[in-house]
Amino acid sequence: MKSLKMNKLMFLSNSDDRRDNEGENLHLVNWEATETAIFQKQYLLLMAVMLLVLLVYLLRVWHLQVLQGAKYRYQSENNRIRLEDIPAPRGIIFDRNGTPLVENRPAYHLLLVREDVTDMNQTIREVARLCGKNPEDFLNVLEANKNVPKFVPVRLLADIDRDCLAKIEAQRIRLPGVMVQLEPKREYKWNGTAAHLIGYLSEITENELNSEAYQGYYAGEDVGKFGIEKTFEKYLHGKRGGRQVEVDAVGRRMRLLDEALPIPGRNLWLTLDVELQKTAEACLQDKVGAIVALDPRNGAILALASKPSFDQEQFIRGLTSEEWRKLSRDPDHPLLNRGFGAAYPPGSTYKPLVALAALQEGTMKPDSSIYCPGFFYFVNRKYRCWRDRGHGAMNMHNAIVQSCDTYFYQTGMRLGVDKIAQYAQWFGLGAKTGIGLPGEHPGLIPTSWWKKQAIGVPWQKGETLSIAIGQGFDLVTPLQMALAYAAIANGGKLWQPYVVRRIEGSNLEEVDEIKSNLKNKIPIEPRYFETVQKGLLGVVEESRGTAHAIKDASVLIAGKTGTAQVVRLADGVNRKLAAKNAKEEELDHAWFVGYAPADDPQIVVSALIEHGGHGSSVAAPLVQQVILAYLGKKVEKTEP
Amino acid sequence: MMDRRLVENFDWWIIWTLLGILTIGLLSLYSALYPQIQENPTQNLFIKQVVWISLGFVVLFCTLLIDYDRLKTLSLWIYLIALLMLVAVLVVGKEVNGSKRWLDFGGFQLQPSEFMKGVIVIQLASYFSSQDTSPFPSFNKLIMPAVLTVIPIVLILAEPDLGTAICLVTISATLIFFMGIRWRYILIVALGCLPLIWPIWHHVLKPYQKTRILILLRPDLDPLGAGYHIRQSKIAIGSGMTWGKGFLKGTQNKLHFLPEKHTDFIFSVWAEEWGFVGCFVLLVLFALLVLLALRVARRSKDRFGSLLVVGMTALIMWQVLINIGMVIGLLPVVGIPLPFVSYGGSSLITLCFAIGIIENVSMRRYVFQSR
Repeated sequence: MKSLKMNKLMFLSNSDDRRDNEGENLHLVNWEATETAIFQKQYLLLMAVMLLVLLVYLLRVWHLQVLQGAKYRYQSENNRIRLEDIPAPRGIIFDRNGTPLVENRPAYHLLLVREDVTDMNQTIREVARLCGKNPEDFLNVLEANKNVPKFVPVRLLADIDRDCLAKIEAQRIRLPGVMVQLEPKREYKWNGTAAHLIGYLSEITENELNSEAYQGYYAGEDVGKFGIEKTFEKYLHGKRGGRQVEVDAVGRRMRLLDEALPIPGRNLWLTLDVELQKTAEACLQDKVGAIVALDPRNGAILALASKPSFDQEQFIRGLTSEEWRKLSRDPDHPLLNRGFGAAYPPGSTYKPLVALAALQEGTMKPDSSIYCPGFFYFVNRKYRCWRDRGHGAMNMHNAIVQSCDTYFYQTGMRLGVDKIAQYAQWFGLGAKTGIGLPGEHPGLIPTSWWKKQAIGVPWQKGETLSIAIGQGFDLVTPLQMALAYAAIANGGKLWQPYVVRRIEGSNLEEVDEIKSNLKNKIPIEPRYFETVQKGLLGVVEESRGTAHAIKDASVLIAGKTGTAQVVRLADGVNRKLAAKNAKEEELDHAWFVGYAPADDPQIVVSALIEHGGHGSSVAAPLVQQVILAYLGKKVEKTEP
Repeated sequence: MMDRRLVENFDWWIIWTLLGILTIGLLSLYSALYPQIQENPTQNLFIKQVVWISLGFVVLFCTLLIDYDRLKTLSLWIYLIALLMLVAVLVVGKEVNGSKRWLDFGGFQLQPSEFMKGVIVIQLASYFSSQDTSPFPSFNKLIMPAVLTVIPIVLILAEPDLGTAICLVTISATLIFFMGIRWRYILIVALGCLPLIWPIWHHVLKPYQKTRILILLRPDLDPLGAGYHIRQSKIAIGSGMTWGKGFLKGTQNKLHFLPEKHTDFIFSVWAEEWGFVGCFVLLVLFALLVLLALRVARRSKDRFGSLLVVGMTALIMWQVLINIGMVIGLLPVVGIPLPFVSYGGSSLITLCFAIGIIENVSMRRYVFQSR
C-alpha cells in the first residue's frame, strides 16, 4: 500500500499554508489523508480516556484533601497509627507418647517508644530504678538504636521477671513511651535432653534475613539453627500477626483499627521416646559417645543420645561471647552430634557384613573352617588376631561369636576390597542416611578406585585385611550401624531413618503423617541372614561369645562387639600392657550394636564410646540397659 | 549541523512542561529524603537524581540528532540487545529484596527492564509502519506484536517485576488499539485469556502479588503490609488539605511510614506538603504533557512517526495514571514509579529518551525529499 504522497514545494515558511507551496526539486513528505482520518479518532479517544481518569483522580484527591482533609490532618498530628507485632507461638515438639519436649512460655520485654517520651532522662532513671538496673545500660541501647526511626519501639530489656513487670505496669501511667510486649519464648522442658536432635534457636542473622529462605522474617526473631528446630523451621515457625492501632500523644492505645491474627507454628510429633532417651543419656553418664536406638520394623528413631550435651536455654537467653568461646573450644565438642555427625572405624561390628558378603558371593560356606593360630601372615607381615593364643579351628558361626580376626582376614582377602565395599554400601554405609537433620556425616567406605582418586596411590592388598575387620579407612556413624543391623535383623530391609512422624496444624484437619521409607531391599538370601543372625545371638548367648556378660534371662539379645583401634599396635607389643599404659586419646573406641528380642526384633541399639576401651565391657552393657528399659517398659504397660 | 527548520519545529512547550514536572519532582524528592540527608549527608540520593536528570537531558539531546526514520531499520537490533540485557539480568543481576532487576556497572546500576519500555515502542511502531500493514490489521498481523511483547514480559516477570511487566502490556495494548482493532478480536483475545486466569493466579503470581490485588477489593486482608501503606498514604495526602503543610513540613513523611516514599509513593509526599493546589498543578502538567505529545503525533508526517510518539506518550501516560491511582488508593499497589518525579536513574533516562523521540518527530514533521 502506498502511504506517502509527494507535494511539490519550493519555499519554506512558518505559515500553515506551506503545503500548497510549489517547488522544483524538494517535496514535502505528507501522510495520506484517508489514513490520518482513521487515526484522528484514536487520538481523541486516548485524550478522552486520560482526561477522564485524571478527572476522577482529581475528584478523589479533592475528596481526601478538601472534604476529609480535616480528619486526616487530625490523624496525622494528634494521633498516630502504629503497627504492633503479635508474635506467633512456635510449634510444640512432642515425643511419641505425647509428652511435650519443647514448649513455649510467655516472656515480657520492656520497650521504649522514644517519640512518646516527655523527659528521656527522667524516664530512663525511673525504669532503671524499678527494675534494679544501671541507667547506663539503657543509654547504650538507645545509642545503638539512634538511627532507628523514633516511632519504632526499642527493646530496653528482654525477658523481664514478674517482679519487675508488676512494678512497671503499676507505674506506666507516669512513664509515657514505656511499653511491655508479650512474646512466647522457647522452653526446653528437659534442657539438654536430646539436645542434638531437637537443636536450638537463636536470633536470625543479617544474611539469613536477606535470603530467599527466610522471606517474611523480621529482624530480632528467633530461628532454628540446629537439629529439628532448624530442619522443620518452616513448619514450627508460624506466621506473625499484627495490629494497626491508633495511639494518643503518650503512646496509649486508643482504638484498634485492624488486626491480623498470628498463625501458630505447627506441632511436631516425634518417634522419640523421652523416657528411653533419658535412660540412654543416663547410661552414657559423663562418657563421650553416642547411643542410637531405632525400630528395625520402620526406621523410626526411638532415642539418640550424644554426650557431652549442651544447654539449649543458653541459646534462647543469648550467648555471651565468653560462653560461645567456651562452648566452641571445648575439647569434647559438646555441639557435635555423635549419633550421626561424627564417624568412627566400625571395628569388629563390621564383620557380620563381611560374613554376609562372603556367603552371598559364595567365597565362604557357613561351615568351611579356617584355623586361627593367633595371627595371619601376609606378604611378610604378621596380622594379629585379637586373641594372641589364637582361636583354633573356626567356622563362620564361631568366628562371629568369638570375633576371630584371622577368619575375617582370610574371608576379606577372598572377597577383595571392592566387593566388601559394595555390600557395605547396600547396608547404607558410606553415604548419608537421609535423616534430613543438619550436620550428618556420610562416613567412608573405601574402594580401590576411591583410594586412587583421593590419595593417588593404588590399593594395597594388605589394606583389605584391615578393612575386613573394620579398621583402616572405614568410617561409620552410630546411626548408620544401627540401620545396617536393623537390616540384618529384619532380613534385608534398609530403612530411611526418621524422627518426626506427624506434623499437625492448629486446626485438626491440617495433619501430615510421615510414612516410613524403605530405601533398599538388600538382595541376600534369607538363609545367609539366618546364619549371621544366629552368630549374633551367639555373641550374647554362648559362653564363648564376646558379650556373654550382658546375657539376660528375660530377653534374647543379639549383637556384636567392636573395638576400634585408634593407634596401631606395634609388632610384638603386649596388648594388655599397651592398653594399661595408653593415654586417654590413644584408647580404642568401644562399640556394641545389638537388637532384641532376637526372634522378633523390635529395637536396635548401637552404642559408641570414644576412647572407651573394649566394646564388650564398656559399650555392650549400655546397649543391654537401653534394650531392657524399652522392652521392660512395654511389658509393664501392657500388663495392667 | 542542525537545520534551521528542524530547530523551528522543536516543541518548546513540551520542554517547559517537562521542566515544571521535574521541578516538582526535585522538591518532593528533597523533602522525602530530607531526614535521611540530615542523618547521613554522604549517601545523598538527591544529588544522584540531579546527576541522572542532567544525564537524561544529554540523552534527550542526542536523540534529536538522528532522523527517527533510521530507527525503523535499527529497531530489530535495538530490540535484540535489550532482550540480551534482560537475560543478563537474570544471570548476573544484582539481587535486592528477593528480585533481580539491576545490572551493576561499577556502582552504576542500570535497570534494563526500564529501557525495554522504550525499545518495545520502537519495535512495534516499526512493525506496524511496514508497507504491508494497514490500519485495522488482520488477526494474523497481530500475532507478531503479541509475541514481541510477551518475550520481554516473561523475562521481566522472572526477575520478578510485576509493575514493569504491566507497563509493557499497557504500552503494547495502546499501540495495537491505536492501529485500530476490531471488536471481535478483543472478544477473541478476552475469551482466549479467560482460561489462563486460573493457572496464572495459582502458579505465576507470588502470594504478595495476589494479596495486593485482593487488598484492593478487601483492604482488611493485609492490615500490616499494603493495607497499612495505603492507609498511611491516604493520611499523608488528606492531611495536606487545600494549601498543604508547606515545604519540608510534612510529618507523615518523616515518620518513615513508607519504605518507598522516594520512589513509588512520592506523590503522597508532594500532596502532603503542597495540598490540593499542588496536586492540581501536577495533574494539569501531566495532562498538558500528554496533550502536547499527542499533538505532535497528530501532526507527524508519517505513520511511523505517529506511532512512535503515541507509544512514547503511552509509556509516560500509563505510568502516571497507574502510579497516582495506586497512591490515592484506587488501584492495587504495584511497583510503578511516577514519571520524572520518583527517584530512579534508568527510568529517567528512558523517559528523557521518550521525550527526545517525541521532539524528534516534531522537528521532522516537514521533511523534504528530492525527487
